[in-house]
Amino acid sequence: MTAPTTAGAPHERRAPGAKLSNPERLDLYYYMLLARACDDAILRLYRQGKLVGGAYTGNGNEATAVGSAYALGERDYLFPMHRDLGAHLVRGQTVRNIFLQQLARGESLTRGRDGTGHYADPALRIYGNVSHLGAMVPMAAGVALAATMRGEGAVVMTYIGDGGCNTGEVHEGLNMAAVMRLPLILIIENNQFAYSTPVDRQHAALRLSDRAAGYGIPGTTIDGTNVTLVYETCWNAVDRARRGEGPTLIESVTMRMHGHSASDDASYVPKEMLEEWKKKDPLARCEKILRADRLLSQESIDTMKSEIAALVEEAVAFAAESPYPPGEDAGKGVYAP
Amino acid sequence: MPVMTYIDAISRAMWEEMERDPSVFLIGEDIGVYGGAFKATKGFIGHFGPSRVIDSVLSEAAIVGAATGAAVVGMRPIAEMQFADFVTCAFNQIVTNAAKIHYRWGIPVPLVLRLPTGGYIHGGPYHSASTESWFAHVPGLKVVAPSTPADARGLLKSAVRDNNPVMFFEFKYLYRRVKGEVPEGDVTVPIGKADVKREGTDAVVITYGSTVHFALEAADVLAGEDGFQAKVLDLRTLLPLDREAILGAVRETGKVLIVHEDTLTGGVGAEVAALIAEHAFGALDAPVRRVGALDAPVPFAPTLEEAHLPDAGRIVRALRELMRY
Repeated sequence: MTAPTTAGAPHERRAPGAKLSNPERLDLYYYMLLARACDDAILRLYRQGKLVGGAYTGNGNEATAVGSAYALGERDYLFPMHRDLGAHLVRGQTVRNIFLQQLARGESLTRGRDGTGHYADPALRIYGNVSHLGAMVPMAAGVALAATMRGEGAVVMTYIGDGGCNTGEVHEGLNMAAVMRLPLILIIENNQFAYSTPVDRQHAALRLSDRAAGYGIPGTTIDGTNVTLVYETCWNAVDRARRGEGPTLIESVTMRMHGHSASDDASYVPKEMLEEWKKKDPLARCEKILRADRLLSQESIDTMKSEIAALVEEAVAFAAESPYPPGEDAGKGVYAP
Repeated sequence: MPVMTYIDAISRAMWEEMERDPSVFLIGEDIGVYGGAFKATKGFIGHFGPSRVIDSVLSEAAIVGAATGAAVVGMRPIAEMQFADFVTCAFNQIVTNAAKIHYRWGIPVPLVLRLPTGGYIHGGPYHSASTESWFAHVPGLKVVAPSTPADARGLLKSAVRDNNPVMFFEFKYLYRRVKGEVPEGDVTVPIGKADVKREGTDAVVITYGSTVHFALEAADVLAGEDGFQAKVLDLRTLLPLDREAILGAVRETGKVLIVHEDTLTGGVGAEVAALIAEHAFGALDAPVRRVGALDAPVPFAPTLEEAHLPDAGRIVRALRELMRY
């Protein structure tokens, strides 16, 4: 596994296994904390008027993003979505690079040409999303195809939302992957709302994983706030894909605890609903179990949080001091040499 | 030099590129066992095997999306649309994903999309359309439209070796009607270079694809009956346009007729005309003229299709009017 380049770095891992070791359980908690701290900083920057463009957070989705990406091996590919910051971090993306992207700086992975998680980092095998939801699924299937043709033994993990999964390209990509038995895992992050539209206005079906039957592949619906469950479910799907048995569809049920973006007050979300979901906060759930198992103490949590705060603060300052790309670069790089 | 049909030249280019580079593979509907709707890939699956000649599901978005993904991680796919008309179903993959990837990510996308295009075959509104001008408007794509077997082979070989998504338009009308000499050996034709298909200094017909042949026919009529020599400039690549060749031909002749099979409004010819107006206005002896299809879908009935699409007669009339100006 790629060694994380973050401070307070979790330990080196062997290949992911079916069951999590205690140090790995702590890693998951660490990455969820780090993802939330980054999201909180992104929101702060937005409110200070320092962010370029919109702020899209993954608050409530940390267990799904972190638990799923943690099931991947070093040579596997990640095609994340816009609420999967934790997945980027698990793959070893630096916090500095996250904020260079958020602040549209010249030294960012897209050199300021695109924002947020829309970058690609081939060294970490991360290929970011586009705003046209669903468009990445056929591309992810193509990477799975290439990996298969070359005998890489690698799998591809990608994501879509409860709204985005209604696009035709999701169906077309997943069906192709199913027919060709490509090593693709598709996670539907059902976070109850697609912008302002509730899930029952998107689907007549009760379980989105029921779609899997239509593709002749396994499908399952899980509690997406339970990081261990997400990990184990994804590990099994990855293992199956690696054995050449094809795709798996996983519906991970979560809650989008913030608006679609920071400009959305989410007044259409019933308060009781948020309160109910708050009880299932993925970080709090994880922390409670780790404390009960005596893997975490208040002291170790405080240390971890202060290390993370320092790391994020340093990255934000670094990115803020980094210059924008020069305007004369706007028309460069449209074509590859 | 061996003589072959336009479609055989395309097949040969693919075969040679697949032999040359193991990262080249084919993906499309009915291209493997069946050999393709136009038989461009007949015999390929037996030689290269089903993992490099992929019979895909019926989904243009999946074909182009998968090819784009494979290209991003270093493969060199040649994807086939059964008819260029159906590229609309993959539009998002082309313009949103493939075309913008290098700009955003700095990663090459060596993807070739083969598009059997155009009319004159009684295919009706959904098997005859010209779709090239949509893509000629998209930064990040290259758009190629050869008119001869030699250009088709040479440009397809260049397209496969190019590190950008190349929209390769093949004119169905020319598939088996046009035969020509094709050079032996590994000869490529550069993308972005126009070619003079007929010399002449009285006027220039700027065209591409199927209408190159009508333009040549019309120029011969004019030479024989009117004593005028019209140059025929074959654009060959629509994005990027060969500005130097276009402007040079305008300066040399002073009279310009732009011809394409595509509809006139917003067609590639409009961009060529704008380019001339902007950079060679002083060299013009007459207003730029255009001949294209009617601004209508390509109709089914032979009488309607004939009235819809440009032919040599229409080019002759336009050239005569231009010469009289």
